[in-house]
Amino acid sequence: MQGTGIRSFGAYLPRLRLERAAIVEAMGWAAGLRAGKPQGARSYCAWDEDALTMAVEAARDCLAGQDRSGVAALVFASTTHPFADRCNAGVVAEALDLAQRLRTTDGAGHQRAGVAALLDALRNARSDGQPTLVVAADRRVAKAGSEQESRFGHGAAAALVGAGPDLAAEYVAEASLRADFVDHFRDAEAEYDYAYEERWIRDEGYLALMPRAIKAALGSIDARDVKHLLVQGPQRFAAAVAKAAGIRAEAVPADLHAECGDTGVAHPLLLLGAALEQAQDGDLIVLAGFGQGCDVVVLRATGRAPSAGRGTSGSLAAGVANRDYVRFLANCGLVDVDWGMRAERDNRTAQPAAWRRHRDLTAFFGGKCRACGTVQFPLARACVNPQCRAFDTQDPVQLAEKHGRVKTFTEDWLAVTRSPPHVYGNVELEGGGNVFIEFTDVRPGEASVGLAVRFVFRIKDFDGVRGFRRYFWKATPVRS
Amino acid sequence: MASGIRDKVAIVGMGCSRFGERWDCSADDLMVEAFTEAVADAGIERDRIEAAWLGVFYQDQSVARSGLPLSFALRLPNVPVTRVENLCATGTEALRGAVYAVAAGAVDIALAFGAEKLKDTGFAGLPERTKGTFEDLWQPGFTPPGAFAQLGAAYAARHGHSMADLKRAMAHVSWKSHENAVASPKAHLRNRITIEQALAAPMVAYPLGLFDCCGVSDGAACAIVTTPAIAASLGKRDMVTVKALALAGSNGVEMGHASWDGSHTLTSRIAAERAFREAGITRPAEQVNLMEVHDCFSITELVLMEDLGFSQPGRAVHDILDGRYDRTGAIPCQTDGGLKCFGHPVGASGLRMAYEIYTQLLGRAGERQLATPSIGLTHNLGGIPNRNVASVSVLGLHRG
Repeated sequence: MQGTGIRSFGAYLPRLRLERAAIVEAMGWAAGLRAGKPQGARSYCAWDEDALTMAVEAARDCLAGQDRSGVAALVFASTTHPFADRCNAGVVAEALDLAQRLRTTDGAGHQRAGVAALLDALRNARSDGQPTLVVAADRRVAKAGSEQESRFGHGAAAALVGAGPDLAAEYVAEASLRADFVDHFRDAEAEYDYAYEERWIRDEGYLALMPRAIKAALGSIDARDVKHLLVQGPQRFAAAVAKAAGIRAEAVPADLHAECGDTGVAHPLLLLGAALEQAQDGDLIVLAGFGQGCDVVVLRATGRAPSAGRGTSGSLAAGVANRDYVRFLANCGLVDVDWGMRAERDNRTAQPAAWRRHRDLTAFFGGKCRACGTVQFPLARACVNPQCRAFDTQDPVQLAEKHGRVKTFTEDWLAVTRSPPHVYGNVELEGGGNVFIEFTDVRPGEASVGLAVRFVFRIKDFDGVRGFRRYFWKATPVRS
Repeated sequence: MASGIRDKVAIVGMGCSRFGERWDCSADDLMVEAFTEAVADAGIERDRIEAAWLGVFYQDQSVARSGLPLSFALRLPNVPVTRVENLCATGTEALRGAVYAVAAGAVDIALAFGAEKLKDTGFAGLPERTKGTFEDLWQPGFTPPGAFAQLGAAYAARHGHSMADLKRAMAHVSWKSHENAVASPKAHLRNRITIEQALAAPMVAYPLGLFDCCGVSDGAACAIVTTPAIAASLGKRDMVTVKALALAGSNGVEMGHASWDGSHTLTSRIAAERAFREAGITRPAEQVNLMEVHDCFSITELVLMEDLGFSQPGRAVHDILDGRYDRTGAIPCQTDGGLKCFGHPVGASGLRMAYEIYTQLLGRAGERQLATPSIGLTHNLGGIPNRNVASVSVLGLHRG
């Protein structure tokens, strides 16, 4: 009989990693004791990334080698969705070109949202066998000099949950426990978290609640058989929880503080990805989310690789450390940078035009001519091939997963971008197609004619007047 | 088979305002300045003009929409005034309208005008504008230097030139135009520069440095056109006639098809071929005596030497460094300083180029006068290398 569980896993961390020493260097004078000992680096979004774009990248990673058409539901969990009223999961689904019958839900409101979504997806899979894509991402912004500024990271993780013979982890058990325990909160109108004393959170929150939920989930399973205890929160909390729950200390993995920081709603799933990459067939995994209670999921690893993509380890490895604290602040929107008069351009979006071409723009589809085979972007009524020019012969074709080659480029120091220079050019796609497109995550001097690129989903423009942002795809160097 | 425009229309008067940062002038002032010169040159009364075409590009920041700004500025007697816009080929498009009207016999005398007041934006460079509701959603937020800079890396890669060699040839292009502008009283930038200065300038958009970019200027230029017969009746002996007016527009191939490699301007090649055919020119490099091309950026002028057929593919770098297009070279290019130094008030540029050819053909160019030119070429590239309108015009001198 087929079990239910996790079919595949994906992760994404922004390439930018700020060395914490740079935070202390810049803000130590104000933070005093709170600055702590600087260790490692934290991930943070480029100017054109948010929770939604990270969610798309994690989902693409998760779906590498998987059948996208069968996905029945998508849940996007975050406490930092870019839109308060517009289905963020709907944008992710559109970018992935998932089936139109898909159920889309945003999971929001608390740090446990990622594990809660995973738990629900497992329940659904048990009842109807239908696959659900769970994506969790967070881009939490903290005040300069705060403890959170150093502790947080930005990132995303995704899990495809369903039934099947080739799962990476099988569902074993679950338990939930509600408790309106306010370790921290963020008012609906507020930009930052307000957090309380750590020792109280540990004792009255984690230690009082989590072992109870874990025991409930494990039932008759011997806690000493648990090989991986993945707890949302600092490693020392996890260690204390392990001890209280009778789980061996070795079951608590590194919390990734040194590599990327606490990625919020995404973090338990990110830890799960790391655990699955190392787990042996039969390993018991306990995943415990925390936030106004606990959700606990018990899984059994199958020893199958959880990802055909980069996964957690690949995402961790893809970072580039820097000490550019002011750029970090600017990317977080905490410095009011003067981008010049050109930045005053009105970026009002013509929604009827955007809707007419929503698949082309959000899922990056072009056209392929039935008469001559030419792939082109954008899809048009008449074929662009000068030897063809036939009318109404184009079928939609997705370009997002193709690689390309740079034909022309520039590094433009005059154009408006929040990360000068603005790099853009003409790219020729493998299998055909040419597109004039912006580049991202590319250093000055890195672009060249012939450079191999792939495409990533990013913020194209902000409309500051109306508080809107629009997305499109950008070219980025293929890095092995 | 159409017979074309060759020698059907004569230019009997031209005017050009001083180009530059004309802070104290409105568009009206610039238009009156150019027009006053043109009507005096033509020797006609203002009211003999039966129709006018006004070229303006940046309508929202500059001269405003419709043909009315010209009608108001010149207090024209309620004649038809048509506003035209075709990117940087706008001025040439205005000339085309007037010339075709005369050639068609619809009117006897027509006025072609181009004007732009760019320095009212309050910032450096060209104003931002929308690319279209759909295009804004995916096209890069490019600037003109960034869009044209793309030619640099692609050209170097295509022909195996090192960027250092290419940069030196680009610097020569700008150096030459500055040299020419010193003797060009109406030019915006009339200072000399050195090759080293150009090479050491701050980068604007790789590989274009500051001196690889043309000036952004205020200015107006105009032409009064009529039939050769009426021109003769006005007492014109040496006469400048229109030999060809060719235009080619992109259709998406450069931006969307693999056949374009990014190292040249496809439409310029097509427009040049059409213009030479219309003008009856079979050996351009021998028959064309001078040219004013669209040197919005040094790299544009460089690749145009090949696109227009004056240099062999990949050889423009060498021809430029050899001085072939200097004022003392075989085919002088930008004798008035070009867009680079005369300035680039977009809507006026095509007519400013025609003004220089006209002035040179009639022997009125003062210290920058060439020996005895009889055929001159103007070229505009409106838009950006992968989406543009190219125009090539040929003007010739008929000695009376």
